[in-house]
Amino acid sequence: MSSTTTAGTAPVGSGDVVVRLRGIGKTFPGVIANHDIDIEVRRGTIHAIVGENGAGKSTLMKILYGVQKPDSGTIEIDGEQVSFSSPSDAIAHGVGMVFQHFMLADNLTVLENVVLGAERLHGIGDAAREEIRRLSATYGLDIDPDDLVADLGVGARQRIEILKVLYRGARIIILDEPTAVLVPQEVEEMFDNLRGLKAEGLAVIFISHKLDEVLSVADTVTVVRRGTTVATLPGDSVTSRQLAELMVGSELPSPSTEASTVTDVEVLEVADLCLPDPAGGRPLLSDVSFAIHRGEILGIAGVEGNGQAELVESIMGMRPAATGRIELNDGDIAGWSTRRRREAGIGYIPEDRHRQGLLLDAPLWENRILGHQTRRPNVKGPFIDRAGARADTERIVEAYDVRTPGIDTLARALSGGNQQKLIVGREMSGEPSLLIAAHPTRGVDVGAQAAIWDHIKQARREGLAVLLISADLDELIGLSDTIKVLLRGRIVGTFDPARVTPQQLGSAMTGATEEETQS
Amino acid sequence: MTDSRMTRIALAVAAPVLALVTAFVITSVVLILAGDDWLGVWGQILSWPSNRTMVNIVNSATVYYLSAVAVAIGFRMNLFNIGVDGQYRVASFAAAWVAGEAWLPGYLNIVLALLAGMFVGAMWAGIAGLLRVTRGVSEVISTIMLNAIATAVVAYFLRKVAIRTEGSNIISTKPIAEESRIPGIPFLGGEIYGFVVVAVLVGVAYWVVINRTRFGFDLRAAGQNESAAVASGIDVKRMILVTMLLSGAAAGLVGMPLLFGQDYAYGSTFQSGLGFAGIAIALLGRNHPVGIALGALLFAFLDQQSNPLQILLDVSPDIVKVTQGVIVLAVVIAYEVVRRYGVRIEQRQVAAALDAETREKEVSA
Amino acid sequence: MTVATDPVAVAPAKSRFRLSWPWILLGIAGILVVMSLLRIVTGVDDLDSSGTIRATLIAAVPIGLAGLGGLWSERAGVVNIGLEGMMMLGTFGAGYFGYFYGPWQGVVGAILLGAAGGLLHAVATVYFGVDHIVSGVAINIIAAGAVQYLAGMAFTGVPGGGQTQSPPIDRLPSITISGLSEPLGEIERENWFVVSDAAAVLRALVTNMSVLTIIALALFVATWWLLWRTAFGLRLRSVGESPAAAESLGVNVYRYKFIAVITSGGLAGLAGGFLALVAANAFRDGQTGGRGYIGLAAMIFGNWRPGGLFAGSMLFGYTDTLRLRGGGETVHALLLLVAVFLVLLALWQWRQHGRRSALIAAVLGVVVAGIYMVSDQVPNELATMTPYLTTLLVLAVFSQNLRMPAADGKIYRKGSAG
Repeated sequence: MSSTTTAGTAPVGSGDVVVRLRGIGKTFPGVIANHDIDIEVRRGTIHAIVGENGAGKSTLMKILYGVQKPDSGTIEIDGEQVSFSSPSDAIAHGVGMVFQHFMLADNLTVLENVVLGAERLHGIGDAAREEIRRLSATYGLDIDPDDLVADLGVGARQRIEILKVLYRGARIIILDEPTAVLVPQEVEEMFDNLRGLKAEGLAVIFISHKLDEVLSVADTVTVVRRGTTVATLPGDSVTSRQLAELMVGSELPSPSTEASTVTDVEVLEVADLCLPDPAGGRPLLSDVSFAIHRGEILGIAGVEGNGQAELVESIMGMRPAATGRIELNDGDIAGWSTRRRREAGIGYIPEDRHRQGLLLDAPLWENRILGHQTRRPNVKGPFIDRAGARADTERIVEAYDVRTPGIDTLARALSGGNQQKLIVGREMSGEPSLLIAAHPTRGVDVGAQAAIWDHIKQARREGLAVLLISADLDELIGLSDTIKVLLRGRIVGTFDPARVTPQQLGSAMTGATEEETQS
Repeated sequence: MTDSRMTRIALAVAAPVLALVTAFVITSVVLILAGDDWLGVWGQILSWPSNRTMVNIVNSATVYYLSAVAVAIGFRMNLFNIGVDGQYRVASFAAAWVAGEAWLPGYLNIVLALLAGMFVGAMWAGIAGLLRVTRGVSEVISTIMLNAIATAVVAYFLRKVAIRTEGSNIISTKPIAEESRIPGIPFLGGEIYGFVVVAVLVGVAYWVVINRTRFGFDLRAAGQNESAAVASGIDVKRMILVTMLLSGAAAGLVGMPLLFGQDYAYGSTFQSGLGFAGIAIALLGRNHPVGIALGALLFAFLDQQSNPLQILLDVSPDIVKVTQGVIVLAVVIAYEVVRRYGVRIEQRQVAAALDAETREKEVSA
Repeated sequence: MTVATDPVAVAPAKSRFRLSWPWILLGIAGILVVMSLLRIVTGVDDLDSSGTIRATLIAAVPIGLAGLGGLWSERAGVVNIGLEGMMMLGTFGAGYFGYFYGPWQGVVGAILLGAAGGLLHAVATVYFGVDHIVSGVAINIIAAGAVQYLAGMAFTGVPGGGQTQSPPIDRLPSITISGLSEPLGEIERENWFVVSDAAAVLRALVTNMSVLTIIALALFVATWWLLWRTAFGLRLRSVGESPAAAESLGVNVYRYKFIAVITSGGLAGLAGGFLALVAANAFRDGQTGGRGYIGLAAMIFGNWRPGGLFAGSMLFGYTDTLRLRGGGETVHALLLLVAVFLVLLALWQWRQHGRRSALIAAVLGVVVAGIYMVSDQVPNELATMTPYLTTLLVLAVFSQNLRMPAADGKIYRKGSAG
């Protein structure tokens, strides 16, 4: 393993070192998540930590926040060596963290979520309410303490998370992939917020794998690769190409556009698709219409929670309340069951592979049967064809480069990237005519990401129609032949990926300039 | 590959052993604290059973086995059919009534009665299934309530159709005619229920359907991960209903060995509480037909061997109920601990295999 | 596994209706009017006599206390089907300590033994991560066996006791305000519309009221205050809503779950103790009769809130009382109420959900009304199933409109935050 350790020489930044990590190591069963981590963060700076998915960034931050204990190494806060056994120790030392997956209880109010664990500061009543209002006004967060979190959108939830940290008077703020759910405009706003915090002398630790964003805001960048720090560089004198080289040893894969293979044979046609809200609110989908042709990739952009999941589930037949026309290869499938739709040639890569894609405690070969349990080679008549299924699983493992000791391994034991490759291989088998891919590369390492992109492009060349949903705008622009934007359950724009910029998409996704604060 | 299989088998055996040891220790502690002769108690329980006791053990295990299979069918798709108790009582009553009426001659009468029992058991369980899929009522609560309701309903109908035995206030259905009884099988000088054969067949059918068929795959998938099952095209609501019906039908068989091999009628003294033992045994046997058989034999063994304790040592035989309960709790804890340990081992194996692979690649690069 | 609505069923409608004092008072008034009408129409005076109401209270307290135990546990995210077993332990605790040391010691003994059961459940579910229902069922099996074994040891050979029951235990003190009780009795006997019924309720409350009943009622208020008005309660509830969020803010998730489940056991134990000390005056094997499960159902009916739980336990307690007091005849009168309720439900369903469920409710309503018309009493065997059937019916009607704590029944491992 070649590493160019130049840590410890933070070149930029004015203040004192407030966080010093020395030789941090952490091992999980079979995985060395972190080893020999050295980082110094200075007051009044934004310190980015970059690395690909699975490089160990999140584990490192959980250690700094006291969620997990390091096996080795030392943590110093303000020059004093500390040992955190729980987040409350970290909070007491002025460390705050905004998690990638929001840590909010939906059924509690904003007030309850914010004061939880910090009841001593201002109680749980009116004093706390006042303080939240004050912070919200000071930082322009626009938060009402008595709202129920369940009613709030993604943007508001993130601002609650930041407010939680500020409420506790944190001086060191960790943000784990904070931009993943935001559109470019919101990202800019958030960066302005971060610069404000920095100006007040706080230290901001910012974790990301999006290099352009990192370079636009960070004073210092530390690169993490395979669980250890490989370099610390000033943010203003490094290029994203250099960072990529340090992160993965090569350029980052990009979903480059290829020559169009779009034909005029319609595979999927959706017309006037509507889905009412069972709770009686605004419809989850209204009058969604589009068509996908052989060899075409249609990308759907949208801020999370604007109907993407519902659209996919309606097409898959998992939402019986949906109305409208859905035609697959010129046959109306709107009344069909999910199983029949799958048999008719729809492959489905679900957005959450653990929840919808896998039986985590079943071996790989049984997972290969899932979703294809009525088709060869998995079954013979009413019986499971073990030999057939196992042989075909071997084929997928080989063809899709699933890294596993064998097909009897439980799905749970594989890494995210390998689980996803297995799902992609499974859904591509049986020669589907339509592939629905929801966030196909979310949370996987760059190797798997590049492989999955290649498989999708390859299938498109061979005439597959693909419905691609993604929160990663670069992925959408790179892969799609057409992009449609979904906002509050409606299609609000159609774009040519060759000409559109992420900023333009972002505007459409949020409804031009209007923030989705009121929703 | 076979390595990971071997590890899994070894771990599967480790858990029950651990649980038995725990139960042994805790029971002993209870006995010692109570001032009972704990060595004497174990001496009696662990002694080699007499031939008569052996026969009783097999008979009692047969009934337990059927009950546990009924529960296990539900467990495999994450349904808690706590209502096997009510289902088998309703079903046994129905079967006893049908058999007693003797509409068909000889063995045909048995078949009709069995079918009636399975049908009624399935319907009784089906109420819980229907409430779950249409009204979202948890089957845990509904089946418990249905147990209590079953008691009332059976008592009511029993009074309607019953005949009174001379000189006692026990009432029961008409006894089954001689030619419609299931003959016993000679065993160690006694006779075990002929229904043992049916129990074995039920076990085999259960294993084949769950592990080897498409239906069984759907059932297990729906039990392991409901969302993934829905995404894979399984109609989970339908599966819930069908599973409850199957579980109820199996529960309908629980009382049959007693009915056709021992009591020949359903009366107010018909054995109750078998459903709860079934839950314990299904957990103990990890829903595997062989595991369940071993569990049923163990429970029956403890029951029968503890019977003479009162006379021999003046110790209440209820002590084995404590033992049985502790076994169940200890075994589920042990399974959980072992499962987590197994996953860790597996993750390590995966990592090791991958490390080797990457090293190879780096060398060749 | 969870014990309430599940994802297969239709997503629950968002209802933000909160009980407030005007609503509560209006509700009580409405119930009084309905009961009074029912009494006059059916001519069964015992439907809401002060005796019935007092008996209802005594039947409702164990259900309510068990439900309160369920509330504590499930608010912290642990489903507690072991309440029944913990209640059994409570009955024995009350019998043993009550007989050998005195009734108040019996109360303490009941709480302690129940809490021990809670501790066992907490260790299995929270520390070892065992499925909550599996652990609960196992605890019920252990408790049933342990109580039988212990009772055999403790009470065999004791005068008045035996293998399955304790000798009579001294009574706990009870309170009667005779200055109010007498005149209210006069009014009750007049059979005036609504007025007599109100008098009956008040009379029940001031006559022969056991101290333990008052303590139980106080526990409802205390639970509400602790869980919804204090920092402790916020933490405990947060652990049931989102343990990861709680842990990420430094809340010790395991500690709060342990506290909640042990308290839950203590309350269930007290519920059992109440059965042995107040409802009866001795321990008997099998005394709980599934009331732990009914308590759980009452809690679900009450939407995991103390006020709703109280209403639920009164409802179940009432049906239990009717079958015990009047038997078939009183239960028969209740059929009319059920029929009216079903028809009202059908109208409501018609507006809210759809024709099919409305039709089902309407048909059931007509059937029940028909049974009421053609018969003049419910057979005694069938009357015994009243509380259980009510539970089932109530859950079938209300389950979909309820919202349980978001992480209820889910296993949480330390260190999974983030």
